[in-house]
Amino acid sequence: MGLLKLLQQDRGGQVFLGLLALAAVLVPLLNQLLPESHALHLSTYTVTLLGKYLAFALLAIAVDLAWGYLGILSLGHGAFFALGGYAMGMYLMRQIGERGVYGDPVLPDFMVFLNWDALPWFWYGFDMFWFAALMVMLAPGLLAFVFGWLAFRSRVTGVYLSIMTQALTYALMLAFFRNEMGFGGNNGLTDFKELLGFDLQADSTRIGLFVVTALMLALGYIVCRAIVQSRLGRVAVAVRDAEDRTRFVGYRVEHVKLAIFTFSAVLAGIAGALYVPQVGIINPGEFSPLNSIEIVIWVAVGGRGTLYGAAAGALMVNYGKTYLTGALPEVWLFALGALFVLVTILLPRGLIGLMKRRGATS
Amino acid sequence: MKPYNPEQISRHMSRLLNWILLLACLTAGQLSALYAAESDTPLHAAAELFKSKKFDQKYQAIQLLESDGSEQAKEILVALMDSRLYTLKRDQRLIMLGRRSGSPGAVDALTGDSVGDVARGAMNKITLNNRMRSQIRNALAMLDLRNPDRLKRLAAVNQLLDRPDAASAALIQSLLEQESDEQIREAMEIVIALGKLSSGDKTERLAAVELLDGNIHPAVRNGLLKLQQSTDDEAFAAEIKQVLDNIKATLQFYSLVENIFFGLSLGSVLVLAAIGLAITFGVMGVINMAHGELIMLGAYATYVMQLLMPEHIGAALLLSIPVAFVISGLVGIGIERGVIRFLYGRSLETLLATFGISLILQQTVRSIFSPLNRSVEAPSWMSGSWEINSALSLTLNRLYIIAFCLLVFAALFLVLKRTPLGLQVRAVSQNRAMARAMGVRSEWVDAMTFGLGSGIAGVAGVALSQLTNVGPNLGQSYIIDSFMVVVFGGVGNLWGTLVSGMGLGIANKFLEPWSGAVLAKILVLVFIILFIQKRPRGLFPQKGRAAEG
Amino acid sequence: MNSLDNLRAVMRRDRVFDFMLQTTGLEVDLSHGTILYLEDISVSFDGFRAINDLNLYIDAGELRCIIGPNGAGKTTMMDIITGKTRPDKGSAHFGQNINLLQLSEPEIAQAGIGRKFQKPTVFEYHTVFENLELSMAGERRIWPTLTAQLDGAQRQHIDEVLEIIALQAHRDRNAGALSHGQKQWLEIGMLLMQNPKLLLVDEPVAGMTHQEMERTAELLTALAGDHTVVVVEHDMDFIRSIARKVTVLHQGSVLAEGSMDEVQNDPRVVEVYLGGNCSLGGHQTPSLAPQRHRGHRG
Repeated sequence: MGLLKLLQQDRGGQVFLGLLALAAVLVPLLNQLLPESHALHLSTYTVTLLGKYLAFALLAIAVDLAWGYLGILSLGHGAFFALGGYAMGMYLMRQIGERGVYGDPVLPDFMVFLNWDALPWFWYGFDMFWFAALMVMLAPGLLAFVFGWLAFRSRVTGVYLSIMTQALTYALMLAFFRNEMGFGGNNGLTDFKELLGFDLQADSTRIGLFVVTALMLALGYIVCRAIVQSRLGRVAVAVRDAEDRTRFVGYRVEHVKLAIFTFSAVLAGIAGALYVPQVGIINPGEFSPLNSIEIVIWVAVGGRGTLYGAAAGALMVNYGKTYLTGALPEVWLFALGALFVLVTILLPRGLIGLMKRRGATS
Repeated sequence: MKPYNPEQISRHMSRLLNWILLLACLTAGQLSALYAAESDTPLHAAAELFKSKKFDQKYQAIQLLESDGSEQAKEILVALMDSRLYTLKRDQRLIMLGRRSGSPGAVDALTGDSVGDVARGAMNKITLNNRMRSQIRNALAMLDLRNPDRLKRLAAVNQLLDRPDAASAALIQSLLEQESDEQIREAMEIVIALGKLSSGDKTERLAAVELLDGNIHPAVRNGLLKLQQSTDDEAFAAEIKQVLDNIKATLQFYSLVENIFFGLSLGSVLVLAAIGLAITFGVMGVINMAHGELIMLGAYATYVMQLLMPEHIGAALLLSIPVAFVISGLVGIGIERGVIRFLYGRSLETLLATFGISLILQQTVRSIFSPLNRSVEAPSWMSGSWEINSALSLTLNRLYIIAFCLLVFAALFLVLKRTPLGLQVRAVSQNRAMARAMGVRSEWVDAMTFGLGSGIAGVAGVALSQLTNVGPNLGQSYIIDSFMVVVFGGVGNLWGTLVSGMGLGIANKFLEPWSGAVLAKILVLVFIILFIQKRPRGLFPQKGRAAEG
Repeated sequence: MNSLDNLRAVMRRDRVFDFMLQTTGLEVDLSHGTILYLEDISVSFDGFRAINDLNLYIDAGELRCIIGPNGAGKTTMMDIITGKTRPDKGSAHFGQNINLLQLSEPEIAQAGIGRKFQKPTVFEYHTVFENLELSMAGERRIWPTLTAQLDGAQRQHIDEVLEIIALQAHRDRNAGALSHGQKQWLEIGMLLMQNPKLLLVDEPVAGMTHQEMERTAELLTALAGDHTVVVVEHDMDFIRSIARKVTVLHQGSVLAEGSMDEVQNDPRVVEVYLGGNCSLGGHQTPSLAPQRHRGHRG
């Protein structure tokens, strides 16, 4: 009932969730039932690619929640995404067990390679899925909490905050590149074998991952929508538009920001955890400032302040990226750069905003 | 040619002295060998000794050559060092091969007569061991000590300092009085004192130790350490320890100075990279993520200038300063007019749009110059170092960077404080509407200010090209650092940028030995992040009601 | 183990927001009849003393007008009361028991001090109704705010306020689309929703028509009594129509205090307004006769 009420006013959300449900049903069917020669057949590769896009869409929703509704342009959400990914990657590493190149029952290959003789303490517990799942949320959540607590309390706002978040992810990238950190250094974590006992190379697992990602995206959307529709969501927008006024009305702006920013980071972490088993690798490159800022452009293209718009933007830009890096690799960065410039100047409300305006005028 | 050249006389004198010394050296065991040779000169004697298979005799031969001290003796020593000294199988004559391998024309080592081409099989090489090599090096140094060229003598005495031995100390003693150059005399005295360290006379040793007090040459430390370990006299050992501690303290001081110097040079790079940003971000409030790429353009301008003027590297470098300023400045003005102007007051959007521009610039450079790194040559006057003493030498390119950074800073400061443009820039940055009402063309000022900041970025690129390779990602690696410097120093405050850049540079260098370069960088970043939380307006905040909000 | 326990305490999901709990739920104590004490307050910006040994007392239920030339420190004083600016020295108490200098802006707002800004600031992307809803007195913590639902009584209260501020017709319009005067009204409405004990109203009638000004005067007079109202205005007409007691600020401290007539005839006040290159008009009138000094009044 609550769900229906939530979506009653949300035409875009209805369409988005409808399409998502359709995809969750249709994609596995097209992959499994149609013969490979059929024109509409989807290869397992494509299914995984779509799953990856959906994880990105969830990430975009998380960024939109912070940027579109709270006014915090985070250039460091890639860090939360990567932390969630690393937590999942650590679980997958522990699952490899003796099947690694060096055959050590406990130590992942890279540790054997570095001549480590024992598991570092922060790797304990990652052989259990529930623990890893907890860490997927806790690690980015905690980082966002601590960072936000420091930043919001001292009222660092606007571009300063953006640059601080960028410095954060940059520092993390440098740190994770170090072998001494114990996260596989340059190469990151890879060569995963199985997840919860399912072979990661199997078609069925990949379809399963796709469906789970679609479900999590739907769930993430609904929760975000609920937050946005609540009074807290309205307070967040109030903070975005007139921070001082919100304070004088009696809201503790810092706490509002902290709560939503942390939640957004957790969501990003979950997206990272869904992403890693599908692409089969996580490395420090995910922390690069470029990655984080790319997420922002997905949101800007789709239209910030509309959650489904952010998701749509993520899907479109990533499809474009896959297409261009395949067909015309040198054009991709030009296209991305131009996208940044054009969207900010010509489409401040994104494609969804454009469609809304068209709808309003006609 | 003056008939009574004092130097010549002294040379004769010293040769005589060497003869006496030599005679002292040649004790009974060796006398027979000496008599066997038809020895009318030390050269002949040495030549005979070289023919021996025994290294002992070869050592003597080198000593003989050294005491002879003639150009010919020197040439033989050099030939021996280069393994070009042979004996002819047929008549046991000592011969030298030409300098370049395979070059024809061996000559008789004693007479200098050509012996023509000699087949490999027709001669025996005079073999060398490491002790001989070191002995030859010292011998050559001793020979150079008599060279009229001051620099040669200095190099020679330094050579002896690295491997002091008692024999050379004794020889130097005789040269000391004739030496007029203060610096060389000082070095000679050290060599002598080092020699005396092993003397049997205690007071002499003590005097030597005292003389060496405060001297930071590594040889001094080694000599003293050795003596400290070997001596039984506790009071003497304590004395040595005191001297060693003094030396250590001096060394520590110099390493501190060196660290600060490295820190300042790193800081200068940071300041150079950040100072353009301090203008666009600090004064105008425009956040330009393409700033790093403007730096990169400056570096590529240097590269292209060198391609255009391959014969004049130094001139190309100097010329590329204005060229880079103009190129980056023009690109900057283009960015301001084409993009940023539509986004004033929307700083987050400006950030995104300029980031897009940075991607485009990077990819453009990649398409034109290839994604590979290019290296820019340093002109000769920039390479090398300024040796203040044996513990402290400052590399010239770093010195130039520091000087250049200060120069750019001063120039910029003057432009902002003393020119009409500077006045207008400050007016617009403080109150745009008012400035416009006063007749300031704020749009023009915006474009010029942005051009100025961008141009400075280009100049920074010229400096950077001397330190690192030039590649499309050059700018990316500096953008975050630059922002940190500006934010840390306090936005809108040029002095703050200078202080914070230098401070961060030094902090980085002092952390590095303790934590490693990458971790040092991370620590500095984390420190700034925490610092900004504590003081959001940086080190030198602008106060007042205008700064609120 | 102790640290582990601490860690557990920090990690507990249900306690994450624990520290966000309102720590200062003190009800203001008005037993001495004075609601606001400002004593020996000084603050300077970059060497400029905006407030200089200011002493000001406001009685509970009073309607106080504060006038003074530009730069007299009126807005800075409000900033200090509401916690936006911290004074260099002095003390500020709300009633007998609440030390304002220890509280943050939201805490002060929750303690019962509401503020209307000089420049009307409303939440532009929210509807008029939502603006009022957000300002409504009540729970401010995160979780209750997340789950809050409006009940019938609350809706009715909002509608009542909408009527008072005459914006019923604009109930569902975005506040950003309102005219300047309407925004002023909306902000006053938001103040009403907050139901504060002390209202600080900075230039409430700027941009209002004459009728609107009259209505505002009525409203503020009606509020006084149950609430305490402090009004900062330049418009002497308006001040005259509502004033019971007037305080004149000059160079950061109180120059004169009393009824409008007393103040008007105080030679020091006249000197300040005329000699000090006044912002009150610049006419050579010896008294503070009603004057319009702002050209943009529409």
